[in-house]
Amino acid sequence: MSLSDLMMVLPIAFTLVWALVLLLIDLWLPRERQGILALLTALGLAVALGLDLAQSGRSGSAFRDMVVLDNFAVFLNALYLISGLIALALGYDYLKRMEMERGEFYALLLFSIAGMMLLTQANHLILVFLALEFLSIPLYVLAGFARPRLESEEAALKYFLLGAFSSAFVLYGIALVFGATANASLTGVIEAVRSGSAEVGFLTAGAVMLLVGFGFKVAAVPFHEWAPDVYQGSPTPVTGFMAVATKAAGFAVLMRIFLNLFPGLATSLTPIFWGIAALTMIVGNLLALAQSNIKRLLAYSSIANAGYLLMAFVPYGNAQVAGQAISSMLFYLLAYGLTTFGAWAVVVALEQAEGRGLTLEDYAGLGPKYPWLGVTMLIFMLSLTGVPLTLGFWGKFFLFRTAVAAGYVDLAIIGLLTSVISAYYYLRIVVIMYMRAGEPRVRRDGWLNLVAIGTAAAVVLLSVVPVQMLELTARAVLHLP
Amino acid sequence: MPLMYYLGLSAFMFTIGILGVLLRRNPLVVFMALELMFNAANLAFVAFAAFHKVLDGEIFVFFVITTAAAEVAIGLALIIAIFRTKHSVDIDQMSELKG
Repeated sequence: MSLSDLMMVLPIAFTLVWALVLLLIDLWLPRERQGILALLTALGLAVALGLDLAQSGRSGSAFRDMVVLDNFAVFLNALYLISGLIALALGYDYLKRMEMERGEFYALLLFSIAGMMLLTQANHLILVFLALEFLSIPLYVLAGFARPRLESEEAALKYFLLGAFSSAFVLYGIALVFGATANASLTGVIEAVRSGSAEVGFLTAGAVMLLVGFGFKVAAVPFHEWAPDVYQGSPTPVTGFMAVATKAAGFAVLMRIFLNLFPGLATSLTPIFWGIAALTMIVGNLLALAQSNIKRLLAYSSIANAGYLLMAFVPYGNAQVAGQAISSMLFYLLAYGLTTFGAWAVVVALEQAEGRGLTLEDYAGLGPKYPWLGVTMLIFMLSLTGVPLTLGFWGKFFLFRTAVAAGYVDLAIIGLLTSVISAYYYLRIVVIMYMRAGEPRVRRDGWLNLVAIGTAAAVVLLSVVPVQMLELTARAVLHLP
Repeated sequence: MPLMYYLGLSAFMFTIGILGVLLRRNPLVVFMALELMFNAANLAFVAFAAFHKVLDGEIFVFFVITTAAAEVAIGLALIIAIFRTKHSVDIDQMSELKG
């Protein structure tokens, strides 16, 4: 190990060390001074973000090819770190008033983010598995953080059992890929596949197992059953973090593995991706129609959005559109992340103790009573629907364009029709907010307002410069060995 | 013995594990079924490593065993937490969350 190796994983190493330091500081802090820990965590995340952005443009591998660094990883690492900052801001007041302010929260959040960054940079199947567990295990605890509230404990156990179930699939898939190629390093597997020494039967079975395992992680239909329960029961800032960062990490590793390892299997895997993408869009949007709890509604919305994102994977074996697919996927992740986090901020503002304030009726009268919050929620709902010229519209537009360019017009049409369906439940919230009289109870908190207004401003401003944003994401290329 | 014997046993164990997770109602038994799935993968790793004469697979198993132990720690803690709150761990009774 040399210093240059360490430089490649500096943001990860820093985040880890910072998390350990926070655990130590927590021992000395009196209980009523926990706010200091939140500020220190924010400082650590900001420094890690700076270190990460300083790496943009560099590429290479380190630790005997165990990790790689490319702009793809730099972009996604920045996304995870910013998600961490937003989750922290959402949790600052929430943890206090829900009486669950414990110091572990911050360390667990940082551990999970370090795991996500490692997963994105992993270039060896051992590391893929370890990083996957490393990001999941702190999240199981975070899901149950509202202990002793029963919903939260139940959510944690469900998340844990299904998370371990999906990890077992990923592990078995890795075993089969290893068996097919006698290699566990991604570089080695790629060489074995290219030279034709790989056993195609095992390789295909392994790829399908990996797809099932990661399908659970990103909550794609038919592996989505856990998501609404877990999203509903977890503390809301954690839910927002899971919906954005965990999903992005799942898609990142799926992209790196499938694009690199299995380009030759595209003919047999593309129909599977097609089916999962179509099912996820249709089922996610249809089930969202029937929800009366805002957390469950947003959970199904996030399932539906996973379907749109999966559209980028369908043409993955087609080298001509691969670059376009990656950049449109990253653009969509950014647009979805900003919009979703904003919506979760509004949910946090209206949530009361004991899980009250979460039904759609609780939003009645929000628009006239709290104009700022109402307008931000309106922006998020319009963007999630994909109303033309919003950020969400551009995200979907670029994804559909990729699908059409690769010859999957049918998939783009399904995406378009399901977006029309989704307008019903997104705009229903807007109608309730503005057309019905009510007395919404809103928690005023500076950090919360900052997140809501900041993300709303970002959604509006970025929608003005979609082409420049796409060029930015197009620079975040995947390192192909 | 040929490789296929080991892989057959491994696939059999994995299938039992899946069925156990999907059909059993006690989280502790579900937990055991999960361990069975992990160990099925371990068996496949060792079999492939011996077949290809590559050490990677055997090293992988050590990492998996360690990770499985970490998962057990978290999983049992969650089960105990839920037992303290509702004095039952039957999965069918976990119906606080629905919509």
